[in-house]
Amino acid sequence: MSGAVAPLADAGLLGARGSLAAALAIGVAFGWCLERSGLGSARKLVGQFYLTDLAVLKVMFSAIVTAMLGAFWLDLLGVLDLGRVYVPQTWLLPQLVGGAIFGAGLALAGLCPGTSCVAAATGRADGAAVVAGLFAGVLATGAALPSVRAFYESTARGTFTLPDVVRLPYGVVVLAVVVLALGAFAVAERLEAR
Amino acid sequence: MRPMKDPSGPTASCFLFPTGGPPERLGGGIRKQESGRASTPYSDPYLTGVALGLVLLSAYVLVGRGLGATGAFASAAATVADIVSHAQGRGNAYFAEHLTEGGLLGDWIVVEMLGVLLGGWASAALARRLRFAVERGPRVGVGERLAFAVTGGAVMGAGAVLARGCTSGQALTGGALLSVGSWVFVAGAFGAAYAAAYLLRRVWT
Repeated sequence: MSGAVAPLADAGLLGARGSLAAALAIGVAFGWCLERSGLGSARKLVGQFYLTDLAVLKVMFSAIVTAMLGAFWLDLLGVLDLGRVYVPQTWLLPQLVGGAIFGAGLALAGLCPGTSCVAAATGRADGAAVVAGLFAGVLATGAALPSVRAFYESTARGTFTLPDVVRLPYGVVVLAVVVLALGAFAVAERLEAR
Repeated sequence: MRPMKDPSGPTASCFLFPTGGPPERLGGGIRKQESGRASTPYSDPYLTGVALGLVLLSAYVLVGRGLGATGAFASAAATVADIVSHAQGRGNAYFAEHLTEGGLLGDWIVVEMLGVLLGGWASAALARRLRFAVERGPRVGVGERLAFAVTGGAVMGAGAVLARGCTSGQALTGGALLSVGSWVFVAGAFGAAYAAAYLLRRVWT
């Protein structure tokens, strides 16, 4: 048992109400960042797929690297117990196929679930239409899920991380992701400069 | 209200969306408005990305979980299914796991997404970027664009249910925690998005 105080909710330092207050504050900041970056605009977002505006890659990879480095260092310093942060579990095939279906829908919609809400909140009717479609899609797929249960539960790997795959220390993989991001940023700048 | 035929026609302006201004095909950058007030250009993507990463990190630190978006849609869908039919709402394992005792407003991810709506609106209001518009490609009509948006949204919803998350819950949250499934999701999503975008180039370019 480490002496880490975070996650606060897990350490009993944040009650149910505090947790919901945190949800609201985190959501406001999340929506703010998405709007400021311009990703609440479908035309700006799809620039990623036509290689004219790579804001999606820059924003997402910067965010991933920042959160990854922050979590890694806070854990190392004994502030955050990374073992108590919920890591999304792995189901290889459903996540590959679901991801591909999601990506096809993303190219048509021009907005992802989070950014469609920002688009709708800032007056874009296309954003509101994506929100409506998402709700219908989740409702219909949820209702139909029992019939594809075998596939949905297939290739389960539980909590499974990249360091587990490559059998290297966590910090080495963190460094590799940072290098990958810096390389991607360099490519993105060159593509945009064309 | 009369249907919007041309995005370059006049836009509505109201209490919630006070800026009005010339509706245009939005793409980013500075846009001069008729009134002479310019909407602020979007912020630097690296800077907003780092800010977004700090928001994600604060979620790990405060509540031990990351961000999400699709989860709120799942909670809303489960609630509707439960209202329509208790058997559907409780008997379906997917809906059952997205029902919260305290109702929708006691659901962490629903409250988080209400915050997203509020934060997105406030940010756009302060930057004078609120406006009624339908963003679309140059060769696509408003009705066609809205139909594509609903369809694309529904397809994304199906994919996000199967993948157990979207760009927020998988790509950002799981990506930064180095989850294999999240990186597999990113590979599948962006691979398919590039392929689909090529086929859909008439829609956007």
